[in-house]
Amino acid sequence: MHSCKDVDSGRRQALKTGGGLGVLGLFAMLGLLPPSAFAGADRKAFEHKTLNEALDALGGQIAGENPLITLTAPDVAENGALVPVTVESTLADVEQISILADRNPTMLIAHYTLPKGTDPYLSTRIRMAETSNVIVLVKAGGRFYRASKQVKVTAGGC
Amino acid sequence: MSTPSKMRASLKDGGYVEVRMLMYHEMENGRRKDEAGNIVPAWHITEFRVQHLGRTVLEGQFGTSVSKNPYLVFRFRGGNKGDKLSLWWQDNRGDSRVDDAVID
Repeated sequence: MHSCKDVDSGRRQALKTGGGLGVLGLFAMLGLLPPSAFAGADRKAFEHKTLNEALDALGGQIAGENPLITLTAPDVAENGALVPVTVESTLADVEQISILADRNPTMLIAHYTLPKGTDPYLSTRIRMAETSNVIVLVKAGGRFYRASKQVKVTAGGC
Repeated sequence: MSTPSKMRASLKDGGYVEVRMLMYHEMENGRRKDEAGNIVPAWHITEFRVQHLGRTVLEGQFGTSVSKNPYLVFRFRGGNKGDKLSLWWQDNRGDSRVDDAVID
């Protein structure tokens, strides 16, 4: 198994090198929404190595656990490279959903923006480095809520 | 050249459109070493957007811990059979692509 944590400097350099390539120009070229309309997270949010920093970057550090969010993930994942995660909520006006894992080399895995008319339902597959908690941060009606679930990872796949 | 994404969109009885999509991408996390012990540079999708008749129905950003060939299922309302959807993604090298699907 490849080690995940000993080559961090290389990863960071690669991120720096690749980060700023012509995003805005491509938006314009494709005739998509202007960049100012993109309500995404700051790219820096993806670099944080502690949960508090990552939640802070997303604006949801004080979010409490909420039973109206259903987070489905396996109790045991034999392959950390492919962990199925489904998020569903009955909260009204869900605007954003973020998926994090609290023992990955970087905390934030994916951040989604849901316009009006899109149901609060997402199913995807993530990488987990080791046994840890999957945390879902949901922004609904301007407030943040969260749900978490521990997944035991038998072969890490960050 | 990148591989076309797969996207399947179906109008369900509940009145929503369920979209299943697979974006073919290596999603190298920048931490893996090749056989010679060299670090494989990070190479992953950073952003994607799905539009229905020109209106965004989902957009997102990825870090390095989304699985290879990102797979995603989501649901939106207001779509009809025959409507066109487009899926755009871009990676950290600036490569991008757009693929279309029709709601069935």
